[in-house]
Amino acid sequence: METTAVKKYTFKDFASNQEVRWCPGCDDYVILRAMQKALPEMGVKKEDVVFISGIGCSSRFPYYMDTYGMHSIHGRAPAIASGVKLANPDLSVWVITGDGDSMAIGGNHFIHVLRRNINLNIVLFNNEIYGLTKGQFSPTSLVGQKTKSSPYGNTQQPFQPGELAIGAQARFFARIGGNTPKEMTQMFIDAEKFNGTSLIEVLQNCVIFNDGCYTQFTDKNIREDKQLFVEDGKPMVFGKNRDKGLVLNGLKLEVVTIGENGVEQEDILVHNAKEQDPTMHQMLVRLKYPLVTGIIRRFDDITLEEREDALTKQVKSNSKFTQTDDLFFSGEIYQVN
Amino acid sequence: MIANKISNNINLKSEALDAVVIRFVGDSGDGMQLTGTQFSDTSAMFGNDVSTFPNYPSEIRAPQGSLYGVSGFQVHIGSVEISTPGDDVDLLVAMNPAGLKTNLYSVKPGHTIIIDSDSFTKKNLEKAQYETNPLRDGSLGNYRVIEVSMSSLTKEALKDIENLDNKTIIRSKNMFALGIVYWMYDRSPEHTIDFFNKKFASKPHLIESNTRVLNAGYYYAETLELIPNAYTISPAKMESGTYRIIGGNTATAWGFLAAAEKSGLELFLGSYPITPATDILHELVKHKHFGVKAFQAEDEIAGVTSAIGASFAGDLAITTTSGPGLALKGEALGLAMMVELPLVVVNVQRGGPSTGLPTKTEQSDLMQAMYGRNGESPVIVLAASTPSNCFNYAYQAAKLALEHMTPVILLTDGYIANGSEPWKIKRVAEMPEIKNNKVTKVTGNWHPYDRDEDTLARNWAVPGTFGLEHRIGGLEKDSVTGDVSHVPENHEFMTKIRAEKIKRVQNYIPDLTTEFAEEGDLLVVGWGGTYGSLHSAVKQLNNEGYNKIGYAHFNYINPLPKNTESVLSKFKKIVVCELNNGQFVNILKMNFNICGLLQYNKIQGLPFGNSELITEFKKIVD
Ligand SMILES: Cc1ncc(C[n+]2csc(CCOP(=O)(O)OP(=O)(O)O)c2C)c(N)n1
Ligand code: SF4
Repeated sequence: METTAVKKYTFKDFASNQEVRWCPGCDDYVILRAMQKALPEMGVKKEDVVFISGIGCSSRFPYYMDTYGMHSIHGRAPAIASGVKLANPDLSVWVITGDGDSMAIGGNHFIHVLRRNINLNIVLFNNEIYGLTKGQFSPTSLVGQKTKSSPYGNTQQPFQPGELAIGAQARFFARIGGNTPKEMTQMFIDAEKFNGTSLIEVLQNCVIFNDGCYTQFTDKNIREDKQLFVEDGKPMVFGKNRDKGLVLNGLKLEVVTIGENGVEQEDILVHNAKEQDPTMHQMLVRLKYPLVTGIIRRFDDITLEEREDALTKQVKSNSKFTQTDDLFFSGEIYQVN
Repeated sequence: MIANKISNNINLKSEALDAVVIRFVGDSGDGMQLTGTQFSDTSAMFGNDVSTFPNYPSEIRAPQGSLYGVSGFQVHIGSVEISTPGDDVDLLVAMNPAGLKTNLYSVKPGHTIIIDSDSFTKKNLEKAQYETNPLRDGSLGNYRVIEVSMSSLTKEALKDIENLDNKTIIRSKNMFALGIVYWMYDRSPEHTIDFFNKKFASKPHLIESNTRVLNAGYYYAETLELIPNAYTISPAKMESGTYRIIGGNTATAWGFLAAAEKSGLELFLGSYPITPATDILHELVKHKHFGVKAFQAEDEIAGVTSAIGASFAGDLAITTTSGPGLALKGEALGLAMMVELPLVVVNVQRGGPSTGLPTKTEQSDLMQAMYGRNGESPVIVLAASTPSNCFNYAYQAAKLALEHMTPVILLTDGYIANGSEPWKIKRVAEMPEIKNNKVTKVTGNWHPYDRDEDTLARNWAVPGTFGLEHRIGGLEKDSVTGDVSHVPENHEFMTKIRAEKIKRVQNYIPDLTTEFAEEGDLLVVGWGGTYGSLHSAVKQLNNEGYNKIGYAHFNYINPLPKNTESVLSKFKKIVVCELNNGQFVNILKMNFNICGLLQYNKIQGLPFGNSELITEFKKIVD
């Protein structure tokens, strides 16, 4: 890799010449724009950026980025991206996926990439529906939800992506509303800076097949009262008046009001994203009120590439073999005259 | 008192032989694979040509002494060219009744069986479902049976070594058997003793015990003179050079190592374990010193897709599997074909369909390799034909993938993958050049799907290259820009270009040749791992005076060699022999207007036997 300084890009440098073909009003546009704005801030060279996607509306994303990219097959983007990253650890590798793509057909690859902690970034567009195939329920759809494939209401229990991810040992998990581009942009930058697999779940509204699925949390007028945006080292307070907060009551999180029933500012739990034990992060992920957004978990750990690299160096330094001839002529060989 | 008994006439005259087939059988815990490997390695170093084939149960720990727990290792050694592990056995070494029962059919009448008589207990006879003891009921009258109390003799030999538990003592009786066989075939135990010294360097008592038992077997045979030291097999005439014994899966792995070095690329393997392909993974994970990135993925789909990712990023990427795994890789292969990236997929075929016969061989994945994908999805298909030439075809598969920017499926099978034979070692400097299509600079109006005029291969712009940012994917591409296109005429054009690209590989592969005859009454046609069996059958027929029988073997299946039709048309009759229900014959029928293609098919999970082929071919020509 060259060591020349990274050029100062603007968001336009990352927009490709392809016409964007999502439905008007889809949150996918917000995510695209946030990414195009985040990339110039990351200090990576454009030619080192790779977007790998599976199949779904969201997975058209790479076409719209003027970087390297592959629109692959349904659910397999994490595995392809793993190959890209292992082949060339210098690249900034991004997986773009939907809730159907990653939680259903690609569930296996999704959990294993997190377990291995390869240094790549996953953006999960969760619209709780299959968009591209026109409106079937997905593994994140709610019980009772009426969709094209559940006309009487969905009977399957949903996954909570964060819960699944942390269960699979995700070291970085963040959640963000699809209509908060500024925070999203920063989150992408933070994800890139994180050394390990980072997963960002975007609560993405599908205006066509599941419109308003998150409005109870994300609507501009109420979101401050319904969402808790956590920041590492800061007390977990929320609400328009910043007077609500979380405390631990036994083994459960409880919402309290500062100033009521003797609750003081100091009683409010302080968010610790770096905690390795997943218990608190799992509780935060599962909470329905308030809905927790922000970087919920972020703990540093060795990556797969680092382990591989160290092992390779060690094996190399202990080996007499430098070229294949050395191997071919080693051990039991014999001469025929 | 230790009983020794040899039935039939003892012929103490030494007899010179061209070739001999020896099969060691016993319980899966009896160490038969090691015994057989030692015998074949020693013979190879002595100068014989050898070919081996292990045969083990698919259960890891089958109940001791059971019929389905029998493990075997067959060795064919000769002073003449040997091309198969052989079918009819000259010497059977049976360590227990179950081994005898399941392998007796293979022994030529009048030939020798050595058995461990200590193991013919009532319990073991029952487990092997013998109603009467075959050593006593006269049922082995047609054979020369040598009964040796191997277990007791082994115990006797080791009685004064300290620190040996009973299990270790019993386990080393295979070395007693090996000692006897070394004596019989005039082989020195030295090589095996060297092996003990290396293998047990940190456990001197095991060097001592194994060496003692091996020598005990050897001297037992010598001093008691009860066993005729009857056979000598002189060294074979082989091309001069440096050799080693190599198994098919190792040869495949090494072919890729050589290709990576030659092409200057790093080797990436994405794989998921499956019998009988797993040993390629086992081999490649060892070679981190060459920078090999061997990634054991969560399933076959991740195996192939991680390789596609690595290929996109500029590595020489391969994935290895067996039939059911190839089924899973189908969709991803279509993607690799569509994005036109180099990729090698090895399919070590086994008995199918579904889980089928996991430890048995077959050639029934050919159609899967050719067509097991949605849409018009041509890829290069190659098949290796012997354990050692798996090396060449792995190398060639990598070369074609890189030079033509396409997935290549390399077919081997359980028979050649697990078999072994001498390999004249190739230096990487002697191997053909491997080019690749990488682009490093923006030139003019560059597009990701710009093609080489001759090969039609597209260029390879890997992430990290300044100015060549582009997107690829499974959606149809515009033929000029490479952008997504749904234009009907464009799809037709691209479909034809992709087909033509594979067709043009004909210009870069060798012509088909025939052996023994260029024209005549009968052409025997085979492909892949049946080479040894078919070749030796046709050779034998030619030696018997049937000199109008030729043999043509296919290693290139898609595309077929350019001159195929003209070669085939010079024979009155053609018989296509396959270990399946007739897949390659249909490819020939689809491609050429040749009437009267005969078929000989075997679908038993077993390789072709020499005598069955000879009988069949004689029937056709007589
Ligand atoms: C092997 C395979 N099975 C099924 C499909 C059809 N398919 C395409 S996208 C999709 C679901 C996409 O849903 P999601 O991942 O939530 O993405 P969205 O479209 O909502 O962004 C399905 C089932 C396919 N392309 N490939
Ligand atoms: S179907 Fe839904 S998710 Fe897909 S582009 Fe339209 S609005 Fe977006």
